[in-house]
Amino acid sequence: MNPSIWITLLNIFGVLIAAVLLAALLTWGERRLLGFWQDRPGPNRVGPFGLFQVVADMIKLFFKEDFVPRFADIPVFVLAPTIVMASMLLGFAVIPVSPMVGVIDLNVGLLFFLAMSSMAVYSVILGGYASNNKYALLGGLRAAAQTVSYEVFMGISLMGVVMLAGSFNLREIVVAQQGGWFVLPQFAGFLIFLVAGIAESHRLPFDLPEAEHELTAGFHTEYSGMKFGMFFVGEYLSVILVSSLITTLFLGGWLGPWLPPAVWFALKTGLLVALFVLLRAALPRPRYDQLMHFGWKVMLPLSLANLLLTGGVLLWLQQ
Amino acid sequence: MGTISFYLTATVAILSTAMVIFNRNAVHALLYLVVSLLAVAVIFYQYGAPFAAALEVIVYAGAIMVLMVFVIMILNQGAAAVEQESRWLQPRSWTGPAILSAVLLVQLVVLLGSDGAITAGTPGTIGPREVGIALFSQYVLAVELASMLLLAGLVGAFHLARQRHADSGEVEGAD
Repeated sequence: MNPSIWITLLNIFGVLIAAVLLAALLTWGERRLLGFWQDRPGPNRVGPFGLFQVVADMIKLFFKEDFVPRFADIPVFVLAPTIVMASMLLGFAVIPVSPMVGVIDLNVGLLFFLAMSSMAVYSVILGGYASNNKYALLGGLRAAAQTVSYEVFMGISLMGVVMLAGSFNLREIVVAQQGGWFVLPQFAGFLIFLVAGIAESHRLPFDLPEAEHELTAGFHTEYSGMKFGMFFVGEYLSVILVSSLITTLFLGGWLGPWLPPAVWFALKTGLLVALFVLLRAALPRPRYDQLMHFGWKVMLPLSLANLLLTGGVLLWLQQ
Repeated sequence: MGTISFYLTATVAILSTAMVIFNRNAVHALLYLVVSLLAVAVIFYQYGAPFAAALEVIVYAGAIMVLMVFVIMILNQGAAAVEQESRWLQPRSWTGPAILSAVLLVQLVVLLGSDGAITAGTPGTIGPREVGIALFSQYVLAVELASMLLLAGLVGAFHLARQRHADSGEVEGAD
């Protein structure tokens, strides 16, 4: 067989397996980091530093009763958790890890990511609907409203980067940052995308769809066993995906001195993931109407202003 | 290879669209519609329009359909709605429209087949840049008209949804 096919296959399965393993590992990493910031040990019993806690949790999830409530809409109930896993894993296909590593080099790579993240919304909505449970439905409704509103300026905030790089291709965007990372000229875009990314992966402080103090567990109230596990891993996958996308778009991707490109990419992404965890440890949860107000009345005008300013400055510089 | 995957995707699109019409459960029908839109996006991509494909997924499958699912979720239709739907799907209510649309379908196939329009092949890949240039030069009037229409819709929706106190007529701080 042609050697290039082997390299492609290695790329595909390498990225796939690395993404799933890192997401699983993050379930432990997050609890350890939360423990560190909240001055308590966190899971430290199973294996060195509690590292095998992941394996223990996985065994537990596999052997739990996989309960499907008889009042649920069963086909949709089963379908819902698979959507978030599938769409997030597909999203990793366009991420350029280093000049050599990366699954596809799509000329609309950035739009592909946006499309996949808008597909992931169905997981939460359908999970909430199919459970046929008041709390789950409320969680699903919140998720629908929140993600649709935050998606609007998520796309707009990225257009500044697209204008600077002149491309939707993520590889070309990284190469365009050789003169300087886009986080400096696009600092507003960076902040807006960070907020939108947290909201898209419904992490605290934007986890109103599953707010456990008012909705028991929100959209996944009725889920158990590995179906719950897929929602859980899907959330961590989206955290890693958003972090690696921020690295690619704003922090120069694999660019950096001395170390190999893939190491730079992993370092930057790891720091952003830690920032996600720190935000969860530090921030309280807002009220639902505050969240929507913030999205439509603060972030949307800000991102539009950023777009206008970037376009104006670019036109001025071209003259 | 390209032809096979085209016919495969087209079959998926047609079957799922048929399921949208014949499914009795509204949410299941909407999910089939999402599948149909995704299949259309794949066809766009195969024919060298990746930008249109991405927008199809983001705008239609990802935003508009989410809102439709949202509305149907709130309606909370149960077994009663499914029963009503199956009463409406009696043969005597759909045979007339089905015959009429079959005539249209035959006409469409004959017209397309006679002109050789299908054999034209792909004109190469149309990237985001070309789409943008076309939108803001050749079609700029249509874009502006659409933006005006959307603005009018936005202002109208805001006016209708705005809350007032019944007595003072004062505008409350929204929802």
